[in-house]
Amino acid sequence: MEMLPLVLASITVAATPLLIAALGEHVVERAGVLNLGVEGMMIVGAACGFAAAVLTDSSVLGLLAGGFAGMLLALVFAGLAIGLATNQVATGLALTILGLGLAGLIGAPFVGQPRPPIPPIALPILSDIPIIGPAFFRADPIFYLSVMLVIAVAFVLNRTRAGLLLRAVGENHASAHALGVPVRRIRLYAILFGGLMAGLAGAYLSLIYTRFWSPGMTAGRGWIALALVVFAAGHVWRLMAGAYLFGGLTVAQLHAQAGAIGLPSQLLSALPYIMTILALLVLAVSGRRGSGAAGSLGQPFVPER
Amino acid sequence: MFRMTTRRLALAMGLGLAMAGAATAQEKLKIGFIYVGPVGDFGWSYQHDVGRKAIEAAFPGRVETTFVESVPEADSDRAIEQLARTGHKLIFTTSFGYMEPTLRVAKKYPNVMFEHATGFKRDKNVATYSAKFHEGRYIIGRIAGKMTKSNTIGYVGAFPIPEVIAGINAFYLGAKSVNPDVKIKVAWAFDWFNPPKEGDAAKTLIDQGADVITQHTDSPAPLQQAAQRNVFAFGQASDMTKFAPNHILTSIIDDWAPYYVERTRAVLEGKWQSQDVFDGLAKGKVKMGPYVNMPPEVKKLAEETEEAIRSGKLDPFMCPIIAQDGKTVECKGGDRLSNEQVFGMNFYVQGIEGTIPK
Repeated sequence: MEMLPLVLASITVAATPLLIAALGEHVVERAGVLNLGVEGMMIVGAACGFAAAVLTDSSVLGLLAGGFAGMLLALVFAGLAIGLATNQVATGLALTILGLGLAGLIGAPFVGQPRPPIPPIALPILSDIPIIGPAFFRADPIFYLSVMLVIAVAFVLNRTRAGLLLRAVGENHASAHALGVPVRRIRLYAILFGGLMAGLAGAYLSLIYTRFWSPGMTAGRGWIALALVVFAAGHVWRLMAGAYLFGGLTVAQLHAQAGAIGLPSQLLSALPYIMTILALLVLAVSGRRGSGAAGSLGQPFVPER
Repeated sequence: MFRMTTRRLALAMGLGLAMAGAATAQEKLKIGFIYVGPVGDFGWSYQHDVGRKAIEAAFPGRVETTFVESVPEADSDRAIEQLARTGHKLIFTTSFGYMEPTLRVAKKYPNVMFEHATGFKRDKNVATYSAKFHEGRYIIGRIAGKMTKSNTIGYVGAFPIPEVIAGINAFYLGAKSVNPDVKIKVAWAFDWFNPPKEGDAAKTLIDQGADVITQHTDSPAPLQQAAQRNVFAFGQASDMTKFAPNHILTSIIDDWAPYYVERTRAVLEGKWQSQDVFDGLAKGKVKMGPYVNMPPEVKKLAEETEEAIRSGKLDPFMCPIIAQDGKTVECKGGDRLSNEQVFGMNFYVQGIEGTIPK
């Protein structure tokens, strides 16, 4: 099976942007905010990241610019949803639509320009392990970053005071406020982190995944990231497993075609969403409280003065 | 995205002259183009735009061209009608999926002449034109058959339409003619221009062991992917050397410029008629890029194949052609399949595994 490590490596590349974007949204939702603008922030990150990389001829600067652009868009969301306590669902959807249009505009002069690849980093010793080595330890730098981010987010959320405060804000913003926790400031930071991650994930798509800018290139990955957060039901590790599962499905979809398996590819591309619904169903039936979502998720917060 | 290169000033001046009764004042012929991708795709739409610029260069001061890029096939009526309504007298719609929309709009505007690329339905004011890309695909098939070490070659298809299926068959037959053990894998992107999807499809083929791939989609993404994975690939529609200088073998280049200039001249001279044109290497509508990154004997084989097809001695679909189900295809074009048979091809030839998606 010399195909296996190659397929695994393809899955890694497909899963990394999903994981990064979902990780950002996970933190946002832990803080009790629902930002449906992931797709919009992602594509703006892809466009700005690519544009910056072409202009400066540096993929690293491009990735940074992508993250920064996502953060700027997230700031718009924060201004509306936190500052003015607007409806988060409507604001998030508007952000996605705005992002898709904005990205097309920013990216227009850069359509069809080539970018050199970012060389993969082979970890010594580990990369020589059969199958696993070539699959996971000869990857691009952002893949390693994504794994470190998972560890960092899990640690901060579960083991630090900052994480505790963030979860408290998400669980019940009124109580947190009564205890003197700065609800809106914490939510702002969480939203900015979410934007940074979504923008980085977008720049990963245009600079590493395809090395190409084209309008609409995120192709629903932002929504898959949102589905992933639901799927993970509050657990960072399940989020990571889910990202690889969903990434695997997108790869499997094409293998099914080329390998001439009788399943229609449309069904396979719908599988991540079907699995999300199944996960919700399992969570609901198993009787545990709700879907693992934060208690104040999606509710606008207006402090009493 | 709507990008109009309307030169209002020139038009206003033209009208002014006409109203002043200047004897030679001639209204400029407005020509419109609808592209399925961005002109910056460096493939299909890019080449059509090269043709548009050739018209401007050939008739300076007598024509005015407009293009609308990235027009989705399913929603193209509006874009086509917009051009017809704004005084364009000759409109080129340059993707297969524009066929029905073009015919619908043409019915409403009988005085506008339409040219639809790669379609098979015509009308009084709708002509069709295409190129025998499959001739080029047969040549690159032979190169692929010689260059593959794993005996597995890959093909990224856009949509399962006859034009693409004929291309897959020609590529496979070319490869098989020089390498009887060769196997082909096909992955569908279900899009003409979608670099991430095209790249994913290419990756899949390479993962499955293909060490030479080609594509019938419009962006250089599969080629780039091939370069990254150190396998060989071909350029599509235009010379894509710059995207993978060390992994490209050659490109199939579409040259629409002479046809576009000829049809514009026909309109200017009032001789335009609905017709169907389907030609390839012989007329120069299909050209081959430089043969590179291959041993001299493979290059020689490619050049000989190109010459044989150009002279008419060889055709990708020489009879007998046996379909996947083992039945011999009726030979309607003498010693080869007829143009209509190629143009309506809806079966895989024997030896290709898998089924054509519905």
